[in-house]
Amino acid sequence: MKNLPLLFCGIFFTLAFSFTGIVLTSHLQFGGLAQTTEELEDDGEGQLVMIEGDPMFPRIEGGVALQGKQVYIEMGCIYCHSQQIRRESYGADIDRGWGPRATVARDYITQERVLLGTMRTGPDLANIGGRLQGDAGREWHHKHLYNPQITSKGSNMPPFAFLYTLQKIDGNPSPKAVSIPADSEYAPEPGYEIVPTRRAEALVEYLLSLKIDYSLPEAPILD
Amino acid sequence: MSQAPQNLSSLNPYSSPDASIRAELSEIDASLRTSSLFFITSAIFWLIAGTVLALIAAIKLHEPNFAASSELTTFGRMRSAHLNAMALGFGNNMIFAVCTWIMARLCRSSIRHGGLLLIAGSFWNIGLTLGIAGIIKGDITSVEWLEIPQYATPLLAISYILIGVWGIMAFRFRKGEHVYVSQWYFLGALFWFPWLYIVAQAMIIWAPAQGVVQSVTNWWFAHNVLGLWLTPMALGTAYYLIPKVLGRPIYSYYLSVLGFWSLALFYNWAGVHHLIGGPIPVWLISAGVVASVMMVIPVIVVAINHHMTVVGLHRQGWRSPTMRFVVFGAVNYTLVSLIGSTMALRNVNLITHFTHFTVGHAHHGAYAFFAMIMFGGVYYMMPRMLNREWPSAFLIRTHFWMCAIGILLMVFALQIGGWLQGLQMNDAENYPDFIEIVKNTRPYMIIRSVSGVMLLVGHIAFAINFFWMLFAAGTVRAKQGPTLLEAKKEGAI
Repeated sequence: MKNLPLLFCGIFFTLAFSFTGIVLTSHLQFGGLAQTTEELEDDGEGQLVMIEGDPMFPRIEGGVALQGKQVYIEMGCIYCHSQQIRRESYGADIDRGWGPRATVARDYITQERVLLGTMRTGPDLANIGGRLQGDAGREWHHKHLYNPQITSKGSNMPPFAFLYTLQKIDGNPSPKAVSIPADSEYAPEPGYEIVPTRRAEALVEYLLSLKIDYSLPEAPILD
Repeated sequence: MSQAPQNLSSLNPYSSPDASIRAELSEIDASLRTSSLFFITSAIFWLIAGTVLALIAAIKLHEPNFAASSELTTFGRMRSAHLNAMALGFGNNMIFAVCTWIMARLCRSSIRHGGLLLIAGSFWNIGLTLGIAGIIKGDITSVEWLEIPQYATPLLAISYILIGVWGIMAFRFRKGEHVYVSQWYFLGALFWFPWLYIVAQAMIIWAPAQGVVQSVTNWWFAHNVLGLWLTPMALGTAYYLIPKVLGRPIYSYYLSVLGFWSLALFYNWAGVHHLIGGPIPVWLISAGVVASVMMVIPVIVVAINHHMTVVGLHRQGWRSPTMRFVVFGAVNYTLVSLIGSTMALRNVNLITHFTHFTVGHAHHGAYAFFAMIMFGGVYYMMPRMLNREWPSAFLIRTHFWMCAIGILLMVFALQIGGWLQGLQMNDAENYPDFIEIVKNTRPYMIIRSVSGVMLLVGHIAFAINFFWMLFAAGTVRAKQGPTLLEAKKEGAI
């Protein structure tokens, strides 16, 4: 080839083409989505508007859960767990009870770092907080993180025991102690208990906060 | 074929019987000797480190309690440290060595101020060491292919630009009018990579775009690291080495043109196929699927072009270490790309997405194609750099067979295991318990670790041969002619 201007223009425009088409157009089309109410109402002039006073979704991330998200990032959880639910009839995500509806672009707008993931060595976590809730959920997560074999025998998830401390029971047992059954091979020696570090607590709060329990106008939860 | 003489003439200067031109070539080789050796040495260190990290991660997938007592060696970090050590440590150092050298030779311009190149290269490796240490320490970003923490990326960006500029400068001061196909690929890649990298850093890390725009940008970038960086570099290398070793011009100039432009046009739209079924607009996914399928054109075109160049000379080619690696890489380029196009179809992707099948595919492309061609490049380049032959044909054979069988075993294990995993994941009725699916992947994970050990053996053989050649000049006996791979060849160690 001798036509160098053509070569250089071609090299430039081929990438400019996809940069414009994929990155910039995405940014323009859905890079400015805002929070909304679960349903919209007709304002009487044929316009659909948000219902005043209704709560806005998706929720803003914050508090301890946000610190927990940092732990999730530091541990590289994303490399085995996705956070996206595919639509009914495309895969078995909904059949498995991983969530009540498919996730859509707006579900992610309040997240500073989006952790969609591309691998499911373990199950999807987009709605893990909806599947395991409250104190029972918290207890399950701590046992599972301390050693996945306790709750899920045969799992290949690594234990995160380094997020927990083994301590001698001094007087009353700690209310935070992980409730491993005494007959379990992973139970601490009598007189000792396993307590979560702040990071483990934050991580569990994050997992509990991952919930798709709200509708969006474009993605309602159908009964 | 009417263009054949033109192509031949573009190669001619380098196999010229004219002593002055040969002298010019050895001057070019000399100008790059120190920096190239530095890059290859670094690449080999990263290769060994990356393989060990890979093995740790691989073993963890069937023995989760292995090396699990510290957060430093947890799976997510080992896996990401492995990826970055391989892609940016092994891959880029290899590219800096082999492709800069080929570029300088094709441009017939010796590299000025090679010392600066060496400094830029040192900073690249320092930045990368810092980055990978950061990943292991816990500063990992958890953005795929961009795991390196923010404090190390500027160092990488600056040293990359310095190194890239040397490639461009060699081109700027080229002699001769004709620009050979390898040069198109190299120029394209040198220009594309920083654009991709800077946009991805800016829109995901520095000033994050909102929501899943990050994910779209992420996969536009990550897939293009393979498509517009590793692939053109390896294809350019193959386009240079095949005619050089066989002494025969590339079959068709027009196919070269078609292959290059169709790759440039289609590959960079393909990345969205990593988000099929995901929470992004369907038109984006459709565009990604179409581009992925259109990739069949450049792939078939390049396959025909390479095959027709080699045809009839397979036997001779097989004796050359360079050709053996390059042909293996080129054949796997065709295979992996056709599998990749198929994987982008929605019905197929439904099964392969989120499974080990994709992991197998990534290794098929990055290793069986890219890494193998780069190994071929080193086997060709080193004797010309050092005026010495490879000390051991046995070690070359070990390297080839361990890596060739190892990587194919890995791809088979991950793709068969991944396919079954995908079928089971989509079948909530018969496989309601997710843990059953996890357990069913275990045999394939074990085979993958075995394949990893084979690769490690191959890499160690390569490293020994390389350092033997580099440091033990006196003990490597002067050989008559190049080290060839032939079972009955006398004198082969």
